[in-house]
Amino acid sequence: MVGAMNGSAIAASGLRKAYKDKVVLDGIDLDVRAGTIFALLGPNGAGKTTTVNVLTTLLAPDTGKVVVAGHDVVAETKKVRAAIGVTGQFASVDDLLTGEENLLLMADLLHLPKAEGERIARRLLERFELSEAAGKPAASYSGGMRRKLDLAMTLVGEPRIIFLDEPTTGLDPRSRRTMWEIIRGLVAGGTTIFLTTQYLEEADQLADRIAVLDQGRIVAEGTADQLKRQIPGSHVRLRFADRHALDVAAQVLPTSTRDEEELTLRVPGDGGVRSLRALLDRLDQHSIDVEELSVHTPDLDDVFLALTGHANKTKEVNAR
Amino acid sequence: MNVISDSATMLRRNFRHTMRNPLTLFNGIVMPVFLMFLMVYVFGGAFSVGVDYADYATPGLILTTICYGIAPTAIAVNSDMTNGFINRLRVMDVSRAAVLNAHVIATMLRSLLAIALVVGVAFLMGFRPSAGLPEWLGVVGVVVLAVLAISWLTVAFGLAAKAPESAGMAAVPLMLLPFLSSAFVPADKMGPGVRQFAEYQPFTPIIETVRGLLAGTPSASSAVMAVAWCAGLALIGYLWARKSFTKQG
Repeated sequence: MVGAMNGSAIAASGLRKAYKDKVVLDGIDLDVRAGTIFALLGPNGAGKTTTVNVLTTLLAPDTGKVVVAGHDVVAETKKVRAAIGVTGQFASVDDLLTGEENLLLMADLLHLPKAEGERIARRLLERFELSEAAGKPAASYSGGMRRKLDLAMTLVGEPRIIFLDEPTTGLDPRSRRTMWEIIRGLVAGGTTIFLTTQYLEEADQLADRIAVLDQGRIVAEGTADQLKRQIPGSHVRLRFADRHALDVAAQVLPTSTRDEEELTLRVPGDGGVRSLRALLDRLDQHSIDVEELSVHTPDLDDVFLALTGHANKTKEVNAR
Repeated sequence: MNVISDSATMLRRNFRHTMRNPLTLFNGIVMPVFLMFLMVYVFGGAFSVGVDYADYATPGLILTTICYGIAPTAIAVNSDMTNGFINRLRVMDVSRAAVLNAHVIATMLRSLLAIALVVGVAFLMGFRPSAGLPEWLGVVGVVVLAVLAISWLTVAFGLAAKAPESAGMAAVPLMLLPFLSSAFVPADKMGPGVRQFAEYQPFTPIIETVRGLLAGTPSASSAVMAVAWCAGLALIGYLWARKSFTKQG
């Protein structure tokens, strides 16, 4: 049995998976404590979905050992399946059925007594504010509603461990926040959550621990704060009119790094108003004219650049 | 056994789909009926097949009806596969058999209903079979077997296709196959090459068996061929579907 707060809900070691000669997972080690939220952060193609598929018994690993809810995913598939719920990357709801019928279908497949199934369906519809749309076909639902219905379907079986593969990708900010609230609520009830995301902010908001996945390897793991310490902090970028101004400013600001071609200085700082004012005062005292000033806060691109040495490919693809 | 109750649950879901989307059933009936009209009233007079053309064409139209009704199944199975619905069921430990059986049974029932309606229309157009009860039972048996084979193949196509659009295309070769069989014109009147193809493709013995039974002159050799083809194709479809179901992209 998995303990309430201290046991390991998901443990993977030396996980490898390759399709033909393409290595997708290259030796993954994970340890997720019961009753916590664990985020697997990474760009498209990093291996997030493959990881979820292996952890949820959908895909057998080539090598490595995975124990979920105290059972081996390969040898004790049925026991693992009885303890987990999965909400995939696409809202896998039945479009032609109504929201309520979707939930009742799950209850029937879990062999719940009819009355209990109906009670659970009604409760979930209320909890996710879908009662009004309960009688409408899922095809007519908005993206946010579909995700909620999808998650509600996963919850019919009251799983102890829930896997959420990119639960908010493609959602508008408001639906995303609603989803975050729901996820927090689940964990407050003692459920363990394993989620994958492309968004640093999402991992930061929700997760007790975060692992950064890149090209099939975990390149960093820790709490949000621990990870942030590993990445370059906020900085101020100053651009000058000429070489002379750049030289003077570089002497005044010894912690800065300079870019000769762009005529810019990169000054580390916390990005706050107070430090910004101090910086400007300093430049004023030395009568240095700044052409342009911009404040940069770290985002996922910085994390990837810092942890992997290459940029997050997702952005490049999307930009095309 | 959970397999039976799960199959029933999934079958109920597939029935709901058909009820919510009756156009799929309608399309599967309108095309064969139109084809029947075209063959009997437009082209039929020009073909000399030795018997009344409505009697000649009905067995072929029965097979055509099966093929025109399967595209929705391939598309439905494929969307289940590509949108993650099947993965959801797999994680819930719903058996593969339950999911696949439900699709196959729903397809078969839809097909048989469409066939019954098309045969009804054939009667209105002058179809007058001379079969007795045993022959009719034989016809039902062969047709059910053919529907079974084509349904399993369709489900397998649906699972294996990359996207719903290509799954829908899976039905196209099957829709064309009857024209290159003895469905509408006897194979021995076709040109070289086409004739050999028509003689050896699976639809011809199935159609000939049904035709023989309906005319009251059953042919044992084509019946054996027909049953062998149906059993073989059903088995291939079944094994292929099973394999695709557990495969992960």
